[in-house]
Amino acid sequence: MEVARFWRTTGQRYQLTGEVCPNCGNKIFPPRDVCPACEHEAKTPYTFSGKGEVYSYSTIHAAPEGFEKYVPYTVALVRLEEGPLITAQLTDVDTKDVKVGMPVEMVTRVLREDGERGMLVYGYKFRPVLAGPR
Amino acid sequence: MRDVSIIGIGQVEVGEHWDKSLRELGYYALNAAMRDARIQHIDSLYVGNMLAGELTGQEHIGSIIADFAGLRGIEAVKVEAACGSGAAALRMGYVAVAGGLSDIVAVMGVEKMTDRQGNTVTSALAMAADGDYEALHGLSFVSINALLMRRYMHEHGYSKDDFAPFAINAHANAVNNPYAMFHSPITQKQFTESKMIADPVSLLDSSPIADGAACVILAPTAIAKEFSEKPVRVRASAIATDSVAVHDRRDPLFLEGGAISAQKAYSMAGIGPADIDLFEVHDAFTIMSALSLEAAGFAPRGKGVALAQEGQITRGGRIPITTMGGLKARGHPVGATGMYQIVELATQLRGEAGKNQIANARLGMAQNIGGSGATVVTTILESGN
Amino acid sequence: MALMKPVRSVGIVGYGAYVPRYRLASAEIGELWTDGNAITPVKQKSVPGLDEDVATMSIEAARNALRRATGVAPDKLGAVWVGSESHPYAVKPTSTIVAEALGATPHTQAADWQFACKAGTEALQAAIGFVGSGMSDYALAIGMDAAQGRPGDALEYTAGAGGAAFLVGPAESAIAEFEGSVSYVTDTPDFWRRQHERFPEHSGRFTGEPAYFHHITSAARELLDQTGLHPADFRYAIFHQPNAKFPLKVGEDLGFTRAQIEPGLLVNEIGNTYAGSSMIGLTAVLDIAAPGDRILLVSFGSGAGSDAFSIRMKETVDHHGAPATRDYVRRSLMINYATYSRFKENYKLN
Ligand SMILES: [Zn+2]
Repeated sequence: MEVARFWRTTGQRYQLTGEVCPNCGNKIFPPRDVCPACEHEAKTPYTFSGKGEVYSYSTIHAAPEGFEKYVPYTVALVRLEEGPLITAQLTDVDTKDVKVGMPVEMVTRVLREDGERGMLVYGYKFRPVLAGPR
Repeated sequence: MRDVSIIGIGQVEVGEHWDKSLRELGYYALNAAMRDARIQHIDSLYVGNMLAGELTGQEHIGSIIADFAGLRGIEAVKVEAACGSGAAALRMGYVAVAGGLSDIVAVMGVEKMTDRQGNTVTSALAMAADGDYEALHGLSFVSINALLMRRYMHEHGYSKDDFAPFAINAHANAVNNPYAMFHSPITQKQFTESKMIADPVSLLDSSPIADGAACVILAPTAIAKEFSEKPVRVRASAIATDSVAVHDRRDPLFLEGGAISAQKAYSMAGIGPADIDLFEVHDAFTIMSALSLEAAGFAPRGKGVALAQEGQITRGGRIPITTMGGLKARGHPVGATGMYQIVELATQLRGEAGKNQIANARLGMAQNIGGSGATVVTTILESGN
Repeated sequence: MALMKPVRSVGIVGYGAYVPRYRLASAEIGELWTDGNAITPVKQKSVPGLDEDVATMSIEAARNALRRATGVAPDKLGAVWVGSESHPYAVKPTSTIVAEALGATPHTQAADWQFACKAGTEALQAAIGFVGSGMSDYALAIGMDAAQGRPGDALEYTAGAGGAAFLVGPAESAIAEFEGSVSYVTDTPDFWRRQHERFPEHSGRFTGEPAYFHHITSAARELLDQTGLHPADFRYAIFHQPNAKFPLKVGEDLGFTRAQIEPGLLVNEIGNTYAGSSMIGLTAVLDIAAPGDRILLVSFGSGAGSDAFSIRMKETVDHHGAPATRDYVRRSLMINYATYSRFKENYKLN
């Protein structure tokens, strides 16, 4: 992956930092600077909780370049609790155990590496919620 | 604005053309269309193509093909809108002729995919998706359609097997299309047992990638009869867009771009879905057929699959689709696909579809979809007879 | 003279553990290399998934630490320090990746520490000094490893993955306070990995008496002497856990009972997590310790040295939803050697 492209989106990928619209309060991810709900300029950073639920999912057996070693892996659309849908991989779960509506949480993982010499690309994935003590 | 007609059509068989380069494929289709229109010269060439740079290492293919075809000096450019490139090029050619800037225009869709293999092609196709927010996360183009299909099944209560009629119909129609990649009908049982690629999308939900080229010649309707006994009028050509990423859509299960472009096209032609005699859908995956039927107003939300189950999409049904095999069985040379749809519609409207002829077909529509719905081109053609 | 105490009292404000989901049974390894005749040093070990490394595991442990430390915003972290012997990059800090993911950048002191299995407690010692001197109010010290063992080597049975993160801050807001610490180091070559080598070398039985046992007992005895404390004054004791036997043996040598050691003994379930090994033992104990309980923590790192800490529990822990150490230990999926080899990238795909 291109180094500068990697670097300029670090906040989004590591922390799930999007935006909140100062006009209508709409939470936006990925950040897009213009609120899709009211078209007001929206550049106020907002970090999402990382909680959400599976909206849809699939398993990839034929991977694009750079993802070959991870097959089979599960991809999903996740509905974040603040509203937006997000596309990401699911991790630490077997596809047969995934259900639409399953609660998931964001974790930061290696998305891919650029060969043995290249950069490691870290970013968000989601996994079944690992509940702590009550 | 001038009325525009198709005065010539040409295509090469969709398939694995190991012995032909992109420029040769393009030239053969162009040559066939020019012979069909009985012309020696064109003013402009619009080439719809998605992946020439990525898969053949060659961009700048407008000039390459024009020169190879012996047309050095003419205006020639490439038009790109992912898998919607073909019909997008038609729109550009239509604008040029309708606007009076060109008289005789060739519009081509061409794609050469078999020079590269496996995950190189998978990665290239994923460029139709959002690079930073879909492809970066390892999503293939198939898997994006799988996400849509799973959610559709979940919301509308269908099983995977319910999608079989789309594939069965496409294969049945391809049998009689000499330009189609496949000529073998399939059964419900074969569909059910088909290999899973990206759950719930299996092999028989998916269209095969291939090499191909298809071309039409456009001219003002006023002079169309000079070139063709059976000119086909372009009643509408409309492009609409949506977010590239599925997650950015207002409703992922509704092709807003499809609905907007269909509405634009209907209003250009002054007609509605009830007037359409056949509909070439962009059945890259079975789910896309359902979503396109719904967006274009042929089925209510969630009823696209039901329409197919009721037999309404076959040649004798209410709205025949994929009448020459569709992407599923004619094959899907991505940037060329939209022009294959146009050539097939014209074939039907000229009454030359042989065993697949839709009786009394007067108005035909095509929806060519770029990505998972980010570009949708709707074209409406009318028989000139 | 050897007892270290900062000028202002500091403690643990938050802590978090991490262990990957996958487990490989020792029997599975023994079956492959010894026809099942191996004497297995642990029951099983943890294995990181293909998308995990010291950076990702550190991020999750650190996020857990911040969840327990209510009111400490990430930008208050004056230091983010990661101790490991398996940093993902040979050159390029793990700590900046972790700091960025936590939201601690840019005004933080990020650094990677390296001292074999003592790298984590080394960072902890430094964090005590950093906060104790008043240079910053909060410092994050992480010990984390995705350990490597040569296929068929004795280390392969135990080389696990996981570790812990500790948010060190002023004693007033801490759940546990540092009473004092000791470091004891010598040049003892019991284990090493040369630059560019994939797997570490070790000196067999030499790693026992002159290395592990000598350094741990020396550091622990010094700490007990200097503080005037006795084994009976501690509710819990945690020693570096390279296998199931050594920590119990060294504890016994020092006068500690199994009851003091076992609550923090995880090696049988997750293997040796190297720089994370003693530190994740501590998080397991903090999960269950009551106010007033005293805890002894002694690490060991090859090459060689030990850090010993006396820690006094102050408050009952409020977890704020952060998983307990045992939640991670329980979350386990057994894999076979083929899958393990795949995860370790022992198969070349290109
Ligand atoms: Zn707004």
